[in-house]
Amino acid sequence: MRCRGSAVLSVGVAALGGCSEGVLDPQGPIASAEWLLLLNATAIMLVVVVPVIIAILAFAWWYRASNPRASRMTDENYEGRIEFVTWSIPALIVILLSGVIWIGSHQLDPRAPIASKAEPLRVEVVALDWKWLFIYPDQGLAAVNELVIPAGKPVQFELTSATVMNSFFIPQLGSQIYAMGGMVTRLNLLADRPGEYPGFSAMFSGDGFADMRFIAKAVPATEFSTWVNEAHGVGQALDLSSYSALAKPSKAVPPTTFRSVAPNLFERIVDLTMSGSEARTLSGSEKVGAAICRPEQQARD
Amino acid sequence: MLGKLTWAAIPFNEPLPLLSAVVILIVIFALLALITIKGWWPYLWNEWVTSVDHKRIGVMYMLLGLVMMLRGFSDAIMMRTQQAIAIGPSQGYLPPEHYDQVFSAHGVIMIFFVAMPLVIGLMNFVVPLQLGVRDVAFPTLNSVSFWLTASGALLVNASLVIGNFARTTWWNYPPLSELAFSPGVGVDYYLWSVQISGIGTLLTGINFVATILKLRAPGMTYFRMPVFCWTALATNMMIVAVFPILTATFMMLLLDRYLGMHFFTNDAGGNQMMYVNLFWAWGHPEVYILILPAFGVYSEVVATFSGKGLFSYRSMVLATLGICVLSTMVWLHHFFTMGAGADVNAFFGMMSSIIAVPTGVKIFNWLFTMYRGRIVFTTPMLYSIGFMVTFVIGGLTGVLLAVPPVDFVLHNSAFLVAHFHNVIIGGVVFGAFAGYNYWFPKVFGFTLDERWGKAGFWCWLVGFWLAFTPLYVLGLMGMTRRLQHIPDPSWRPWLLVAEFGAIVIFCGILCQIAQLYVSIRTREQRRDVTGDPWNGRTLEWATSSPPPAYNFAVLPKVETIDAFWEMKRRGLSTAEPAYEAIEVPRNSATGFVTAFFAVATGFALIWHIWWMAMVGVLAAALIMLVSGWSDEREREITATEIAQLERNRLVPGQPAE
Repeated sequence: MRCRGSAVLSVGVAALGGCSEGVLDPQGPIASAEWLLLLNATAIMLVVVVPVIIAILAFAWWYRASNPRASRMTDENYEGRIEFVTWSIPALIVILLSGVIWIGSHQLDPRAPIASKAEPLRVEVVALDWKWLFIYPDQGLAAVNELVIPAGKPVQFELTSATVMNSFFIPQLGSQIYAMGGMVTRLNLLADRPGEYPGFSAMFSGDGFADMRFIAKAVPATEFSTWVNEAHGVGQALDLSSYSALAKPSKAVPPTTFRSVAPNLFERIVDLTMSGSEARTLSGSEKVGAAICRPEQQARD
Repeated sequence: MLGKLTWAAIPFNEPLPLLSAVVILIVIFALLALITIKGWWPYLWNEWVTSVDHKRIGVMYMLLGLVMMLRGFSDAIMMRTQQAIAIGPSQGYLPPEHYDQVFSAHGVIMIFFVAMPLVIGLMNFVVPLQLGVRDVAFPTLNSVSFWLTASGALLVNASLVIGNFARTTWWNYPPLSELAFSPGVGVDYYLWSVQISGIGTLLTGINFVATILKLRAPGMTYFRMPVFCWTALATNMMIVAVFPILTATFMMLLLDRYLGMHFFTNDAGGNQMMYVNLFWAWGHPEVYILILPAFGVYSEVVATFSGKGLFSYRSMVLATLGICVLSTMVWLHHFFTMGAGADVNAFFGMMSSIIAVPTGVKIFNWLFTMYRGRIVFTTPMLYSIGFMVTFVIGGLTGVLLAVPPVDFVLHNSAFLVAHFHNVIIGGVVFGAFAGYNYWFPKVFGFTLDERWGKAGFWCWLVGFWLAFTPLYVLGLMGMTRRLQHIPDPSWRPWLLVAEFGAIVIFCGILCQIAQLYVSIRTREQRRDVTGDPWNGRTLEWATSSPPPAYNFAVLPKVETIDAFWEMKRRGLSTAEPAYEAIEVPRNSATGFVTAFFAVATGFALIWHIWWMAMVGVLAAALIMLVSGWSDEREREITATEIAQLERNRLVPGQPAE
């Protein structure tokens, strides 16, 4: 029943393309709610759109010049009552939709935490040229182009970019959000079930853009702690120097993990980007600290 | 001496661009040689290049738009082919640095150098005739506008041969478009060509607002203007309102790139979100700048070919003005995913869906115009019906994207690509083709071939749906836009169908070329001797086809909406009127020469050839100054000359024999 949610609109699609993934196959509450909203909004509009299309074709056919049975009118410019109807119908639809928009926007605000008994997992996301860096601040480790999350547990993302604008998107889990240099955006997602869900950048970011992909692996909670433990034992440590090596442009980077992460690396990356300093020119935390306190001074340098 | 320009700018080691460049150069030189051998230069110079006649300028705009459409379409077919073959491990035949240029150029060309020239061309030709006047308010300025637009187009095409084009998408978002990430000349080509053509567009806007507000035939009150003139007024008011935003935004980006400023950089207090806001504060009204004149065309076409006045003229006018105002309040829906709060997103989502109300009213009005009419299925009418059906779907998907949480999953997807092609091809392009087929006999004095025209229509309609339905589906399946290669092999069938659709559209273009060729060959049999081949309703049909330079020997007196229909109803007078002398504008080389220096300036700025940029700017300014001081801008045609001309000319409503 993986395609259950997509039943209504995608009957035709599914018939042609089999069980599709992406937006058609939501795997979390956010994605499901967004898919449902898409279906509802479509249904509301189809109430008018379908009759209008039929009327266009029917009128065009019936009132063709060669039809002797059609009744004709030569000059009638308007009829107030019909005019009232032509304004009312779209207005009513739009009033209804506006309600949907207002409620939907508030319920599905990407910044709003997802209600759950489980404690949310924090993940910090950095868009690099052309790969994704995922930092797990509470676990003290990091991964590139691989996002492992526990299924059934809300994930709080904080996102930034150390380069150009990107958009972080895992279609089957729902909402995307921009990652921008010197700024932090927030996103909350949840995977209902274990599975592998493709993620990528949805904002063109240069030559390596097409390969800026990753897999979001939702695993059972126990498996997640196993992964954390294993990840601590392998790979490099992510400090400022290995970060600056990582930050250099590279394409189609295979998934890797880092055994540990320098404290506050995410905040430092935000500040570095905002102050325009190259990570490799910084040796110690004092200078980074200076950047945090006085970005304007850095800017003048 | 030549700034950054060296032989390295010519793509000697890249076969594909080099080949296309060589082919284009050969075609251009062949054309120039042909013109020289045939001795057409004086004719071209006197009758076209220096002409300030709004009809000639309109034709040149249309020609520019149609030629650039071929360029933009070849980009499209290259993209579709790349995506159809670069699936899974394959990288296709276009590497990223090339593919990225192709889709960036496609967007820039189709918006600025196809859609804009097509709608401005139609307005140029039609608006003064529909208003019953002899030209636009500032004829020489009109010529300057056209040549500046052509200059921009020339610079964009020059980037094929010399250097390269932007790889930053047609949005050109910083920081990607900043010097740090795009150090080459590509972004500069984009920015300067649009800056130059943008001045032309702004001047057009001013010119047409002045024309419609100040120059109308006696008795033509605002509420007797044809709907096309209303849409032209709304569009040009929007041009005046929003094009300066684009110019200022691009200028700030240029300051970043040229003088190391920090308007939009990541660092030093730059704000990339400001660029995004400003870009769309222009960008969203821009789509209505394009679509409103197309709505005007449909209004004229549907009324004419239903043999009935337009249903609810006042609703149509109100809806047009409503769209004009609302379109400036919705720009944020292009970036719901930038992290604005729920209140802001919800507000802009609601505003965006409110535009569906006036647009829906327009659809209903066309529908009720057909109701109890006598519908003749000519090519323009087919385009109009094809538009109504297609556009309703495009509107539906547009309102879907206006629901912020839905946009969160469809933003930047192939679904979005399908949506805006749905409204731009199904709305603007179909409108331009409807207008082209509808007014062609007025422009050249003979009708276009209907069989080829209809074949072209069906190819475009079917091709459009084949090309873009798969993109709707792929967007839902999680395919984002601007992918140089496709990760998921299961998308292949859809991409192949889309490629096939593009080929069907190509057949449509071939049909249209055949239509033009056949029509010219058989023009003697298809002469429009009446001036009114469609039993039209508005004043452009009251003069001969093609109209004389002065449009109307005697300005028509307007007493109702659909003025010409009313005149025909009362019976056209056959008595010769008393002619008076008419002043017509003289030809002027100002536009062409200004544009020449504008191209030189733009090229020099792109390649950092500072002396040439200075010379170019000073020369262009001097030309404008000199022409502004000139007093001899009109020549007079005496009453006797006009009487002579009118007697020799075919009189409307009376077939020659």
